[in-house]
Amino acid sequence: MLKPLDAGARPAAAGGIMTPYFAAVTKRVREIPDVVTFEVPSNGVSFQPGQFNMLYAAGVGEVPISMSGNPARQDVFVHTIRNVGAVSHALAQIKRTGVVGVRGPFGTGWPIAQARGKDVLIVAGGIGLAPLRPVIYALINQREAFGRIALVYGARSPEDLLFAKELDAWRTIPGFQVEVTVDHATREWRGNVGFVTSLLGEADVDPDETIAMLCGPEIMMQFTAGALADRGIGADQVYVSMERSMKCALGFCGHCQWGPAFVCRDGPVYSFDKIGPMMAIREL
Amino acid sequence: MKEMADILRQHPFVHGLDDGVVDFIAGCARNVVFQANQMILKQGDSADWFYLIRRGAVALEMYAPGKGPITFLTVRDGEILGSTWLLPPYRWTYDARAVEVTRAIAFDAECLRNKCEADHHVGYEMMKRFLPPLIERLQNARMQSLDLYGAQAS
Repeated sequence: MLKPLDAGARPAAAGGIMTPYFAAVTKRVREIPDVVTFEVPSNGVSFQPGQFNMLYAAGVGEVPISMSGNPARQDVFVHTIRNVGAVSHALAQIKRTGVVGVRGPFGTGWPIAQARGKDVLIVAGGIGLAPLRPVIYALINQREAFGRIALVYGARSPEDLLFAKELDAWRTIPGFQVEVTVDHATREWRGNVGFVTSLLGEADVDPDETIAMLCGPEIMMQFTAGALADRGIGADQVYVSMERSMKCALGFCGHCQWGPAFVCRDGPVYSFDKIGPMMAIREL
Repeated sequence: MKEMADILRQHPFVHGLDDGVVDFIAGCARNVVFQANQMILKQGDSADWFYLIRRGAVALEMYAPGKGPITFLTVRDGEILGSTWLLPPYRWTYDARAVEVTRAIAFDAECLRNKCEADHHVGYEMMKRFLPPLIERLQNARMQSLDLYGAQAS
């Protein structure tokens, strides 16, 4: 049976960055029926918002999962997992004290330093709110360092909204605007219904002084970036988190190669002016 | 009637429209208010009116047998409610219900259609104002129909 690595041990010491260390899940929360969030010890390894770990479900496989926790807490890795495939299904079944393999963190982070002194517009779709939650925590942790913050979040239905209690809490923070929309709803829902781009005009930010961060389905990010350009927020002010079939997470295996880039190594967070033209090439 | 034209000028729909045109179409308009949960349009009914929302929120719904009403879009301040008044057979293709107290400018559709026929410049201006939101809503509906968030991998 797999046993957690002793606290203080580092993944590299266990056999290199290709070898996961095994850790016990210390906290597990079911967010919505097909999404769980769990915490594992970070064993002293720090992370940046936007980075991901490779999580290994024993005997099933390994998948990249973004950090979704508060960067102020570097003692744990928090991951929010949607049960959609064999590996994510196995990970989502792991209970508290159950063991998961961890490799990482990998990849580039969100441009929080560049956003200092500016307004920040965060646009999330579906499970895409999870990789952006560490950014939100970072902005809140240093609220005075940033201008206005606007979060525009789209989900499938009211029942599919992630972090619903936190959305309500964020609304109460001065200068923090939260706009939520869903694709369809019953009459119990009194909020917005429609695609995320329909709410971008509600975001109270200065286009010239805004950094936008987008995460969600690729087509959603493409159209959102286009809609932001129409509102004067240029491609060089927009950052997106890409998702490709990442395996080694080191840029060796080539599974996530995308044109000249390896998403695991060069991404997953990119400036849209760098990759927008590549997103338009269907053959990639 | 001048008072109605002044109210109309505050709505984004008429921004950029000549004063004479605003005065001309204001004759087809009147102020209305809908209480929360009040039905405004009903699928299949004759499209005799359309609305410019001044303040409030309206849910556009389709009734699904066995499921009940499903909201597929909400429209709010500054937006247009109703477009099938423009073309035959002039029938609503969905229900519309006020989510909260909603104030709007209601247009008599036949009155406005007649003015568009009488003065094609007015008709062209109406088309220029209706087409962009219609195209945007069509594009958004396309996105919603793809069920992007439901099919997205973690």
